Amino acid sequence: MLNDTRQKKIKGIDTQLIVYYIGLVLVGWLTIYSSAYDPSVPFNPLNMDQPYGRQLLWIIAAAILAFVVLAIDSKLIQTYAYPVYAFFMLFILSVVFIGTDINGAKAWIKIGSFSIQPIEFAKFATALAIAKFFSSAKTESERKTQWIRAFILIGIPAVIAILQKDTGSALVFASFIILFYREGFNGWVLLAGIFAAFLFVLTIITNEIYAVALLLVILIIAWPLTRGDKMKIIRNIGIFIAFTAFVFAVNFAYNEVLQPHQRQRIDTILGKSVDPKGADFNLNQSKIAIGSGGFFGKGYLHGTQTKLNFVPEQSTDFIFCGIGEEWGFLGSTALIALYMALIIRLIILAEKQRNPFTRIYGYCVASIIFFHLAVNIGMTIGLVPIIGIPLPFISYGGSSLWGFTTLLFIFIKLDDN
Amino acid sequence: MNPLKEQRRIIIIVLMILVVGIYLVRLFSMQVIDNKYKDLARSNAIREVVQQPPRGLIYDRNDSLLVYNEAAYDLMVIPKKVSDFDTMDLCKILDITKEDLIERLEKARTYSPILPSIFAQQLGKEDYGYLQEKLYKFPGFYVQPRTLRAYPEPIAAHILGYIGEISDALLKEDSYYQMGDYIGISGIEKSYEEELRGVKGKKMVLVDVHNREKGSYRNGELDVKAIPGSNLWCTIDMQLQRYGEKLMANKRGSIVAIEPSTGEILCIVSTPTYDPNLLVGKNRSKNYSKLLKDSVNVPLYNRALKAIYPPGSTFKLANGLIAQQEGVITRYTYYSCGGGYNIGNHIVKCHGHAGSDLIDAVRCSCNSYFCRAFVNTVSNPKYKSVRDGYQVWKDYINQMGIGQKFDTDLPYESKGIIPTVEDLDREYRGHWRGNSIVSMGIGQGQVACTPLQMANLIAIIANRGYYYKPHVVKAIGTKDNPNTRYNQRINSGIEPRYFEPIIEGMKLVMTSGTGRFAQIDSLEIAGKTGTAQNPHGQDHSVFACFGPVDSPKIAVFVLVENGGWGASVAAPIASLITEFYLRREVKRTDLEKRMMELNTR
Repeated sequence: MLNDTRQKKIKGIDTQLIVYYIGLVLVGWLTIYSSAYDPSVPFNPLNMDQPYGRQLLWIIAAAILAFVVLAIDSKLIQTYAYPVYAFFMLFILSVVFIGTDINGAKAWIKIGSFSIQPIEFAKFATALAIAKFFSSAKTESERKTQWIRAFILIGIPAVIAILQKDTGSALVFASFIILFYREGFNGWVLLAGIFAAFLFVLTIITNEIYAVALLLVILIIAWPLTRGDKMKIIRNIGIFIAFTAFVFAVNFAYNEVLQPHQRQRIDTILGKSVDPKGADFNLNQSKIAIGSGGFFGKGYLHGTQTKLNFVPEQSTDFIFCGIGEEWGFLGSTALIALYMALIIRLIILAEKQRNPFTRIYGYCVASIIFFHLAVNIGMTIGLVPIIGIPLPFISYGGSSLWGFTTLLFIFIKLDDN
Repeated sequence: MNPLKEQRRIIIIVLMILVVGIYLVRLFSMQVIDNKYKDLARSNAIREVVQQPPRGLIYDRNDSLLVYNEAAYDLMVIPKKVSDFDTMDLCKILDITKEDLIERLEKARTYSPILPSIFAQQLGKEDYGYLQEKLYKFPGFYVQPRTLRAYPEPIAAHILGYIGEISDALLKEDSYYQMGDYIGISGIEKSYEEELRGVKGKKMVLVDVHNREKGSYRNGELDVKAIPGSNLWCTIDMQLQRYGEKLMANKRGSIVAIEPSTGEILCIVSTPTYDPNLLVGKNRSKNYSKLLKDSVNVPLYNRALKAIYPPGSTFKLANGLIAQQEGVITRYTYYSCGGGYNIGNHIVKCHGHAGSDLIDAVRCSCNSYFCRAFVNTVSNPKYKSVRDGYQVWKDYINQMGIGQKFDTDLPYESKGIIPTVEDLDREYRGHWRGNSIVSMGIGQGQVACTPLQMANLIAIIANRGYYYKPHVVKAIGTKDNPNTRYNQRINSGIEPRYFEPIIEGMKLVMTSGTGRFAQIDSLEIAGKTGTAQNPHGQDHSVFACFGPVDSPKIAVFVLVENGGWGASVAAPIASLITEFYLRREVKRTDLEKRMMELNTR
């Protein structure tokens, strides 16, 4: 097994990951080119007035960044994981105070004519910290509280992201839960979380009465299973009360705390309201673009919905629309397959590591990329609320490309050892 | 490896694949199964711009242009883009008041602030030229070309007809048309609408989310080019038509001339008429309502096809033919005149001559002769009753195209009146004999025909027994592509030999009969005068003729309302028409001048 893997590496670097990476970056650039394509403008990939020209520049910068990462000593990476984390946390915190407002989120720092989004770099920094945290030996008392501390580690950047009014990025840090599960986090607690999400939806779509009624039915059905065990009865009633409280909390938050436009967003994704010209105009246009692609797609550069600006944010958050429209079901499937190849390769390589730091870091990378993939594509096809996070390696933007490149190449470097 | 962690690794991968699997199912249903998104995408980004084909041109039988297209311009406005401009200046150019201008702008805004509306319709070349120079002063306005009908000469208005905006009712019936399209409303424009209009094309234009045009879709590979309308060649002789209209100036009535061997109509004059150019351009609706309201002259009314008159003595020709065919008379049958035909308490008067055979009866238009012949025809003992006899007579008349529509290529023709047996039963309460309806024998009483039907009767006589449906379009598309709709020879049911005595009589009319003042030097013409009794005023002057007798080229029927007796007005006009057509010049300039100047209105 070990030898097999070694054979696929050039100088110890995993070729598969590199190939997937280049493939995704290329698809990204081609799609950005297509979404801004105008036959009357002469072909010039270095046209800095066009997003594809700038993206090419950032791809070159990302390549340099990748070589720099590969040149760093992996011991150094492991040793300085916490300081790196601390540095980036302070960095993103500073954005809350000195950042520039773009699209309602105070998540950007302007340097000259370029803006960078520091939260993109907080992702790999947090992954390093988490890897360091779980890989270091712990005392018995530390073990008892490790989950709390792990949640604090991912909670800090999430809270800062919320302070930046960048809810999408905040949610990304929830992706570490996949890794937590891998590292032994209680599956029942996760299940309870998923059940809570279900109750959340039920409460909003119908009303709190139905949710509480459902809980009551489950409680009654579960009654015989306790076989009169007092502890179990008390436990069940406790769970019932906790979920009931949750339902009322959701109901209160939805009706009293959320702003109308936020409520509208939730309603739209849950199919509660239909308003094609209003809040779900974007989602509708996104679905039209993808749906009109058909099986084979309209052909490269032949998309109409993306090119004519019907789709919002067509080269950033909604870049998948361009792929769905021009390459159809075939291309969409191929792209998703490419991502899954990358993610599964990451997991396979992670599981092979003798160094727990590398293994855990690898899982973090896989989790973060998968989360982005699932949320980003899910939102364009209407399965997930519209949360503004980029499609890794593909979406237009230097910050996210550099962030993901660093994230991935640190693993490639660690794996090399 | 820790078995718990091994198990969890698999759970993680399985869950990830599950999520991705759900996404793929969703994508498959959106992209492959559901077609809704494709339609939505089309209506989103692709605007179909209709390409209006040019309407076909219309030529006369000698390739002279009768109708062509002229560029006109609509001034369009997009209200949202309008900003301050010199309203007085625009009012002056368009010749409208400031209130009118404000009202038009308001109307356009109500229709849509962002879509173009027509601000001023069908501007001529001069207005356009002037406006084009100043257009930069009027933001939000632009000029859009369209084609209009134009007429080199102000003639043949009733034949050519006119076009106009399609009505709501028609719009619902025919999906080819869209709001604002022009459609033929009368004349050839209506009956050959499908040939003339061509086929609309469409251009797919990409529009972005702000409704701005962004060039052609797929380099225009899905565009459909408009197919121009087919040109038409009329049977009309433009010069003859012009001449006829001049002769009929200041008179009410009509001229119909047919080429007997083909059924081609050489001219149809109906006066009072109008200048077809009035129904084009920016004053169209004003002019149209003016024409429509003229209840004295009724200029839009095509008398040649729609008006019905008692045919008078010209109808005797038909009766003479039927009586021979039925064996009631021969050319030698002699009836004495006796100053009239006596039907008991009433006499159909004649001008008092000794008596005549058939030829002479035609020559002197003997009322007694044709009354007797008609009564004998319908009371023929061959048939059980007068009802059956009348039905036989009516069948002959109908077969000659009288009392029914030809279904020709000019719309809106009248049937005329030939009463049915049931009509007569009703009129006479079931008790009638040949004598009851004797007036029909001399073209009076219950019968009424259109000038077109009478002209066709003369064509039948000229052909000695048959006719082709009279029509006005000779060729469609190219000149050597004949219009085949009317090439079926129709038999009148009368044997050729029975035409000879009638034609003999008609020749005598011209040389020694009622039409002798209308004879044409060295041309052999056969004619028949008529005077259609008019209970409302002076009688209508009627004349029918064809010539040359041996190889007829033209059959003419002329009716001048209140023109008096046949020989006075109708006969000279018909003979001038015949002469003009056969010789291309008229020697009798005095007569010509007199007829043109004559006013019978």
